[in-house]
Amino acid sequence: MMSRYRLGQDKLTIGRKILELNWGFVFLLIITSCVGFAMLYSAAPGDPNIPGSIGSWDPWAKRQLIRFAGGMMIMLVVALTDIRLWMRYSYVLYFIALGLLIGVEVKGSIGMGAQRWISLGFFQLQPSELMKITIILALARYFHSRSLEEIQSIPYLFVPLFMVAAPSVLILRQPDLGTTLMLILGSGVIFFLAGVRLWKFALVGISGLAAIPVAWQFLHTYQKKRVLTFLNPENDPLGAGYHIMQSKIAFGSGGMMGKGFGQGSQSHLNFLPEKQTDFIFTMLAEEHGLVGGLAVIGLYLLLLIYGYAIALRARSQYGRLVALGVVTTFFLYIFINIGMVMGLLPVVGVPLPLISYGGTVMISILFSFGLLLSVSIHRDVTISRKGEQDDF
Amino acid sequence: MHRSSDRSKLFTRRAAVLGSGKLVLLSALVGRMYYLQVVEAPRFKTMAEENRISIRLLPPPRGKIVDRFGEELAVNEQNYRVIITAEDTNGNPKGTLDTLGQIIEISEKEKKKILKEIKRKRSFVPVTVRENLTWEEVAQIEVNTPDLPGSEIDVGQTRHYPKGSYSAHVLGYVASVTERDAKDDPLLELPGFRIGKSGIEKLHDLKLRGTGGTSQVEVNALGRVIQEVQRQEGEPGAEVMLTLDAGLQQMVSERLGEEAAAAVVMDIHTGDVLSMVSSPNYDPNAFNRGLSHKEWQDLITNPRGPLTNKAIAGQYAPGSTFKMIVALAALEKGVITPSQEIFCSGHMELGNARFHCWKRGGHGKVNMVGAHMHSCDIYFYEIAKRVGINRIHDMAIRLGIGEKTGLDLPGEHSGLMPSRDWKLATIGAPWQGGETLITGIGQGYVLATPLQLAVMASRIASGKNVVPHLTRKITTSDGVEIPARTEFDSLGISHNHLKIVQSGMNAVTNIPGGTAYRSRIKEPEFAMAGKTGTAQVRRITKAERDNRVLKNNELPWELRDHALFVGFAPYDNPRYAASVVVEHGGSGSHTAAPVVRDILLEAQRRESARGELLSAPKKVKKDEGEA
Repeated sequence: MMSRYRLGQDKLTIGRKILELNWGFVFLLIITSCVGFAMLYSAAPGDPNIPGSIGSWDPWAKRQLIRFAGGMMIMLVVALTDIRLWMRYSYVLYFIALGLLIGVEVKGSIGMGAQRWISLGFFQLQPSELMKITIILALARYFHSRSLEEIQSIPYLFVPLFMVAAPSVLILRQPDLGTTLMLILGSGVIFFLAGVRLWKFALVGISGLAAIPVAWQFLHTYQKKRVLTFLNPENDPLGAGYHIMQSKIAFGSGGMMGKGFGQGSQSHLNFLPEKQTDFIFTMLAEEHGLVGGLAVIGLYLLLLIYGYAIALRARSQYGRLVALGVVTTFFLYIFINIGMVMGLLPVVGVPLPLISYGGTVMISILFSFGLLLSVSIHRDVTISRKGEQDDF
Repeated sequence: MHRSSDRSKLFTRRAAVLGSGKLVLLSALVGRMYYLQVVEAPRFKTMAEENRISIRLLPPPRGKIVDRFGEELAVNEQNYRVIITAEDTNGNPKGTLDTLGQIIEISEKEKKKILKEIKRKRSFVPVTVRENLTWEEVAQIEVNTPDLPGSEIDVGQTRHYPKGSYSAHVLGYVASVTERDAKDDPLLELPGFRIGKSGIEKLHDLKLRGTGGTSQVEVNALGRVIQEVQRQEGEPGAEVMLTLDAGLQQMVSERLGEEAAAAVVMDIHTGDVLSMVSSPNYDPNAFNRGLSHKEWQDLITNPRGPLTNKAIAGQYAPGSTFKMIVALAALEKGVITPSQEIFCSGHMELGNARFHCWKRGGHGKVNMVGAHMHSCDIYFYEIAKRVGINRIHDMAIRLGIGEKTGLDLPGEHSGLMPSRDWKLATIGAPWQGGETLITGIGQGYVLATPLQLAVMASRIASGKNVVPHLTRKITTSDGVEIPARTEFDSLGISHNHLKIVQSGMNAVTNIPGGTAYRSRIKEPEFAMAGKTGTAQVRRITKAERDNRVLKNNELPWELRDHALFVGFAPYDNPRYAASVVVEHGGSGSHTAAPVVRDILLEAQRRESARGELLSAPKKVKKDEGEA
């Protein structure tokens, strides 16, 4: 009934939309990214000519800041774009992403070894990153167009399952185990939210477990090693378990309050690998202790709660599914990264969103947040099954 | 609308489930963080500290060895070496090495070895190209520094023996640590570290070595040093002062020349070994520099045995220098009195065997002093027969023959003093009467080292159980350590008996007709008493004896007799004892006695030149007059 009063809002002006933008969310986003800039500043070696100098804007913090600014622009554009437009082009975007994945695959098999990106001159596009977003859009559109009865009957599940399986196989072949897992888990969540019966998940889960020994055969040696190392890192402190061990030492030595800004011995003496990318949370925990780590997790939690609020307030199924799809992907980044650096999960190469150094992930995250904000702005827009405005 | 609302409700429900799931997972992360950063924090803090801090050992300077007056015998010298650090060579270590090869000589083989080492080590670790550079080479490298990126002159320390070869056998030498050496000290792991391998360097190695300091440096994951966090200086090695007199050592060394010989000079009151020389010697510095194959071969194949310390490891038949022992044993048992005479016809019979005196015609009637003076063999055969081997054995042991003297120097041999039991046990045959006779003149099985002979002379001169030693004191940073000395006990030999034997020895050198009268010290205040000895190396056959015994200078060197002499001085107030053995030197009176005379004279002159006594003998009345 509420929608009736708000019907006019499908013709929102740009000015109105900007007012409707979820500014609290944007503010949290900026704060979290600032934590990232600070950590990247600390990670860089100080000026050797000035004794006691800590950190530097070069080479990471400055560039990350520029990318963040660019990403924010993209996010705003995406957010202000009508949700119905995104829905209309969901499949198109999905197939473009799939096509690029195949392109990378073909190019990779012809060219030299594994390649994950396509160079666009000023920007390196990773089709797998694009796929993480477009699969959400495509699945959301598919489930939006189906009734609950249809969703709960098996034949209607073949199409979406294929939509997940095709890119998963391609990304696994790259090989990129972390992204594949995130893609499958993120998609699984959309299936779950759309109303697919629970026993089907149980079935998939069981067959997945049964498939582990088979899948093991297909893993690369280095992937097998990572899993084995994960299972027992202390057995091999100087070999493959070195990074995990050093990361745990960094955490533990940080203690409650940390060693202070720029004072992390583990990080700054290079005992820690990839301190500016995948292991940045370790450095943060070493320098700012449990308190600093909890503060960052708190920021993430607030962002997640905002995401949930946006999802629950959206009127269209499409909007809801997109919102929680985005939030879940964001969550998976956080959980896998932090779990990984603390030795809870195998090292699969997933960055910490908004904080880790890296352009592609930053832009991909902000793009998906643009979608989330778009859902928020267009929360009262109702959409018909065919993707048009539902005018009863 | 209805269906849509169902979908919405299902979505909300499942979103709640999903959200709770995420909260649980985030809580797991927080729990893990708490575990790592609070519960396990102490453990990981230690590990981080260990990671960060690398402890480097600082080698301590090796302690000096000095003579009794503080003159340096072994010191550390700066060793200039050239090193290459790969990362500073502009990526071309080979170029630097080649340019270096034009300045100092580096063989292609060496170059390959060095390049291989550079490759194996991390780029910031310096690699030694060559050690022991001369001043000229150092200067040339320094001048060419601009063309030698990554090369550097580095200063290390090597052992140096300023007195070169004079005391080589006593001091020993240092060399690199081998696999066999105990690895209990981490210092031994340091590249280029050297430890004592023989002599005093070996005996006091642990003290000379000192303790390593540590430098705690902060390192990164690659091991590159970022900064020094803490430095703890080690303790330099202790300074070892020996009882040797470097000046006397040099004189004795020069006096022995290239003969295969050994000499020992002792202070009879303190047991201080003032000089101990084995000749020929070698240059211990050459061991540090590194011997060439040829030099090494020359050393080990030299028939005169330059590497052996003959003073403690050379074992010789004492010959007539043994006669005082027989005399003391006989006097103690009472089988003869000093004035009792024995007739020497030049030979005597025992069973079927005939035993000869060295003088063909014999000495006629001789008493004990005369027997010493003329070194009459028949007299000592007779009294040896009367006293028996067991008593001779016991007296010899009391005077220091046949057992290690206990000198503080590795490698001492015990010599050999035969007895009835010894022969039965080792040869498996009973003792023969004739063997007692030849033992009586220091031949047969009996063997003694030059050190034992000097100890014997000291004990005869002092009547005390003199024990020789070389270490005077050891000065560490904590203080001075002086090896415990006890006043030597009396040997329990009658004073009168000692006096008889001493006057016999006095007659040898100071009464015309004595076997070493020509080698007497003419200054009465320095007068020496002594005893000659000539030890046969070959057996003289009956045929030869019937015809004519060949003179030593008619024989090839290795068949000539060993020449021995023991003595002490001054005769009326003994302070120094000395022994000299010259291998294949001919006769004791000709070859060994003049050497001992010169040595003892020099020792006494050095003392009076210093105007002080090296050791103040107690209870000696004539002190003032002589000091």
